[in-house]
This record gives sequence, C-alpha cells and structure tokens, in this order.
Amino acid sequence: MPDLGALFDPKGIIITGVSNHPGKFGFVTLHNLLASGYEGAVYPVSREPGEVLGLRVLGSIDDVPDGAADMLFICTPPAINEELLRQAAAKGVTAAFCAAGGYREAGAEGVEMEQRLVALCDELGIKLAGPNGQGVVSTPSSMCAQIVAPFAPAGKIAIASQSGNFVSSFLNLSNHTGVGVSRAVAAGNASVLGIADYVEYFTDDRETAVSLVYIESVDDGREMFERMAPLAARKPIVVVKGGASAAGARAAASHTGALASDDAVFDGMCRQAGLIRATDVEEAFEAAATFATQPLPDGDRVVVVTTVGGWGVAAVDAMADTRLDPAALPDDLMAAIDEKLPPRWSKNNPIDMAGGETRDTVPEILQLVAEHHDVDAVVLLGVGIQSNTASMMRNGPFFPDHGLERIVGFHERQDTRYAEAAVEISTATGTPIVVASELANAGPDNPAPATLNALGRLCHASAGRAVRSLHHLAGYSAWRQARGL
Amino acid sequence: MSITLSEAESRRVVSGYGVPVSPFVTGTSTAEVLAAVETDASVTFPVVAKLCGRAIAHKTERGLVRLRIADTDALAAACDELLGKAVPEDGEVEVLVSTMVDGNRELIAGLNDDPQFGMTVMVGIGGILAEAIRDVSFRLAPITEVDAAEMLDDLATQRLFGEFRGEPEADRAAIVEALVALARVGAEEPGLRSADLNPLILIDGKPIAVDALLEIEEDDDA
Repeated sequence: MPDLGALFDPKGIIITGVSNHPGKFGFVTLHNLLASGYEGAVYPVSREPGEVLGLRVLGSIDDVPDGAADMLFICTPPAINEELLRQAAAKGVTAAFCAAGGYREAGAEGVEMEQRLVALCDELGIKLAGPNGQGVVSTPSSMCAQIVAPFAPAGKIAIASQSGNFVSSFLNLSNHTGVGVSRAVAAGNASVLGIADYVEYFTDDRETAVSLVYIESVDDGREMFERMAPLAARKPIVVVKGGASAAGARAAASHTGALASDDAVFDGMCRQAGLIRATDVEEAFEAAATFATQPLPDGDRVVVVTTVGGWGVAAVDAMADTRLDPAALPDDLMAAIDEKLPPRWSKNNPIDMAGGETRDTVPEILQLVAEHHDVDAVVLLGVGIQSNTASMMRNGPFFPDHGLERIVGFHERQDTRYAEAAVEISTATGTPIVVASELANAGPDNPAPATLNALGRLCHASAGRAVRSLHHLAGYSAWRQARGL
Repeated sequence: MSITLSEAESRRVVSGYGVPVSPFVTGTSTAEVLAAVETDASVTFPVVAKLCGRAIAHKTERGLVRLRIADTDALAAACDELLGKAVPEDGEVEVLVSTMVDGNRELIAGLNDDPQFGMTVMVGIGGILAEAIRDVSFRLAPITEVDAAEMLDDLATQRLFGEFRGEPEADRAAIVEALVALARVGAEEPGLRSADLNPLILIDGKPIAVDALLEIEEDDDA
C-alpha cells in the first residue's frame, strides 16, 4: 500500500509557480493554504523572488532548507517540472501534487510529458498525485492545498474524485451541513495514484470513517472490484458514478450480452463488493455523512417519530422503494408510549405525537423507541416547527411583550434539545436516529438544524432523503452480516 | 472469432458443472434417437424434439422445434421431418429430444465476458419479454451462495418467487445452487464468451434449463 502520509499530512510544503497575481493558481494555492491555517512550513518558489502574502518567495527550490518540506505542490508548466522534481527530491520531498495541466489531456506531446513525469517520480521515490488536478485537502493538518475553494470543517469523511469539481461540491455540502471531512483529493489524470489507492489509504486512516468517491471511468473493472471489496469489508465506501463507458459496447450474440448494460454490470459489481452506490452527488454526500456520524443499524426495521402527520406519511411512502421496513410497533413499546402521550396519538408507526408533546416528551419517546430491541433505526421528523413559530413572533410587531419573549425562548430551547437528544440517544443506544426537516435548507438558522449542524450531524432536507441514507446504512449492514463480518 | 456450440453441446458443458437441465438424449438418425429414448429412462413422454447444430442458432424461427410429442410413433415422424429440414449450410446436425417440462414461471440466466469486468453472471425475469422488462441482476464470476442469494433479492419482480398460480414457492436455495454452478462455468470453462440459459423454468419451485447456448472463442489457428 502506498504511504500517502506526506501527501495528506506533510510537515512542510513547497509550492512552485507562486506569482503576485491573485488570479494565478500558485497564488491561490498559497492563499488557501495560509487561510486554512496550515501550520507546517510553507515555501513559495518562483522565478521572480520577492514577497507574496507576507511570505518570502524563494528563487529556487535549492534555497529550501534540507528536510524541511516533504510535499511539492506543482503549479508550473510541464517543461520545467522535471527539473523541479529533482531539486525537490534532493531536499527530501517524497510526495507531489501536480496541479499543472498540459499533460495527457493536452494531446500527443502531453502524453509523452506525462510518461516522463511518471518515470521520474518512480525513479525519485516520489508519490505523484495528479497531474491536472485541483488539489488536496486534509483537515487534521488544517491544509487546503487547492487551486480553488473551499476548505471544510473537520470530520470523518474522506473524498477521492475523478472530477475536481465534485471535490468542491462535496466540500461545499460539508460546509453547508456541518458534517466534516478528513481528507479530500482530486485524482486529476491519475497517472500513478488512482481512486483505489486513495481509498486504500483512507481505509487505514484513523481520521476517516467512510470513503466517498466519484468515478467517471473504469479502466479495469475487475481490478477495481478485487481491490475495493476487501476495503469495503473494513470501512464503508460510498460511490457515485458518472458517465457510461464505450468499452461496454460489444455486439452481443447472446440475450445475456444484450442485457448487460454498463450500469447493470457496475451496479452488480458494487453490490458484490459491498460498495454503497448512490445515484447522485447529494445522495452520495448524505449517505457518507450518515455513515460518518451514526451507528450502523442491525436490521431494516424503522420507526418514524414525528410531530407532524404529513411528513410521517411521506417517510413511510419513501420506504417502499427501499429495503427498509416500517415495522409495526411492538405491544410493550405501544404501552410505554401510551404512558407519555394523550390518547389521540397515532398508536402505530409512524408515531405521530399529534401535538400531544409537553416539555420532555420528544426526548423520552426517542429514548423508548431507540432502546427497544425490535427497532433497528429511527427517523425523527417535525423538528424546528416550534422555533419557526418563535421566529415569526420574534420578528413581529409585538415582541418582546405579551409574554412573547418567554415563549420564544422556550420554543427555541426545545428545538435545541430535540436535536441534542437525537445525537445523544443514538450514540448511547447504538441505534441510528436520522433527522429531517426542510428547514435544513429553508431555515438553516433555526435552532433544530443549526444545533445538528454545530454538532456535526446531518439534518436531511426531507424525509425521503433521510430514508434514502438509512437505506444505504441498512444495506451495508446486511452485506456485512451476510458475510459474517 | 467466436462460435456457438450446439444446444446439446452447451447442455453437456453446463450440466457438467451441476447446472440443472431437462433430461435429454441426442441422435443423428431417427433410429438412433428412438434407441436412445428407449434406453434412457430419464427422458419421458411427452417430449420435445429439436434439430440442433453449431450453425443453428435460431431454431424456433426456422421451425426446427416440435413440442408435446406424445409417443414413439410421433417422435419417429418428428425426427424424420426435422432431419429433412437440414440444409447443407447447417453442417453437422443432430436431433435433441428432451422431456417436455411445463411451468408458469420462467427465469433467464447467463454469462457474459464483459470488456471491463471480465466474466459476469446474470439472472433475471425470463420469457419472451425478458429483454423489454430488463429485470436482471449481474455479478462478477465466480460467485458465492451469498452473492447468488443477493442477486435474487435484487430483482424487482419478487412476487414471482412466492406461491404462484397453484405452484409452490420458488426454491431459492436451488436457484442459488444453479447460479453458483453457472458462474463456475464462466470462471473455469476455457474460451467462454457468453452463455444463455433461456428459459430457466421453475418446476415445483426448482429451476431447470430447457435451452442452453454457449458462445466460445475459437483459437485463431483452429
């Protein structure tokens, strides 16, 4: 396995091609690295020495102290990079991220340049990421070494993508939801390090709980299967795939060949290898965010807890397309809930509290449901409604008089509690509790989504999306159990 | 270049790995066929007779299949007729006679050597609409029993596996066993490019292939 420590947790970084122009990649990378709070040594290098962003720009890599940097970030054109790599290797560099383009993607001459780059890195013992990639992010090292934004909060999701743009998309979603990232890397042309190499590293990485990968082309599907399956047995891997491959089109003499669409075969490979396949970027991120922050369910039985009828129905409807089972409530659980709620509660799954909740009801019912041995997972809906009411009062003409200040404070404290209870109870019971509210998007400052965000847990934007994430957790759990893992 | 094996050859290959096929015999003349049926107790009337050969891929379209043959006399007539339909381009031909099995539920199973993933195994909902419905599941060969069971779980048409039109629930374990055996054909049989078991009929819940077609890569010097 390649040791990618110098790529993800370098002690010092040399950046080539750092100019004074804030629109150039070298400048942006230096800016992002400093802005993200990277604490290792940073050595900007340029043909034109001077000062950029308060740092002295060195005229040559030869001026970098021996052994002070182990990573080289390349923003210079192919023609001079071989020389730079030799100089960097002499200084102790063992990993390089080549952001520069002009390689394989640029035609025949570029192909040859890339072959030479690969051969040289091999000779020098340098692990090469890219070329033609947007960069690498590592929150444990406060490192945003990217030619574009953004950085992301610290967390347990590790991202590897064949599209740099989707690295940014995942990081944007991380910032929006508060569910953090450990590592992120754009594979670029992936001339040496590919998706499987990164996932291999993530699987061994203590900072990572789940890998999240975007795949566009599969050169050798059999090799991918053979490498990924043992990794999936150790840590979940969420996959989203774009594009269909032309290589799959062979004139089929058989019915089986005619039925073997790329998608059907890739899907089967994922099911066999234990890869969690999501249909799009949002679903992939949300699945990864749920894997990263929730315990795995032991089975498919889901109970919905809601303060509002409609979303409860929507959640159960959404389960029809999944492996999840909106199981009937066990008698003893019914009886226990009867003690807590007025008689008008739904008395089945979904548990619709029908406005019967008082100060402690929601946390108490969550606890009863989550700790029950016949319940594998919980969906909590209807959070944020009290604070939504409070918000209109707070911003209306009568606040803070007429008792409004007091009730506004109560409502907001309650939603904060519900969010906290979902986190605490799922952690304590080992039963996942996924939470959904459209306020995750429509009112992110509402205390319910805002508290989940601050605690690094996902507030799904709809019941259907929460169900979808849970489906992926349950599917992975079943895959493991069927294989005695 | 790839060639297709005759149905009889294909059946022998897959059944050698433990894939269940309906009982059958073959012969190159009517007398040979009748003698074979006489001596093989597993082939019982009513039977189906087909003219098969490597160059004959589309038996039904050419009218080379005779169904529900009730007795020896009818079989003799069918054999004469089928052998008379052979044309010189068919090359070596023989008549395949198998026990006629009937079931309401048809699956399709097969193998395909995928350019990216190598040998794959498939199961799906069969019948004449199979390619329109496309309710199929693939895996990379070889597969475990767990993989095969999950392939069945993947199919959308789960109702077909319950009790159905007076027939018992599908024997999932038996289907799993057949798929594992089929995947072994794919993983181990040299030169294989594709295979169809179409249909794989459920009889008393258990799968039996009543047709088989293997496509193999011929060595260039062959």
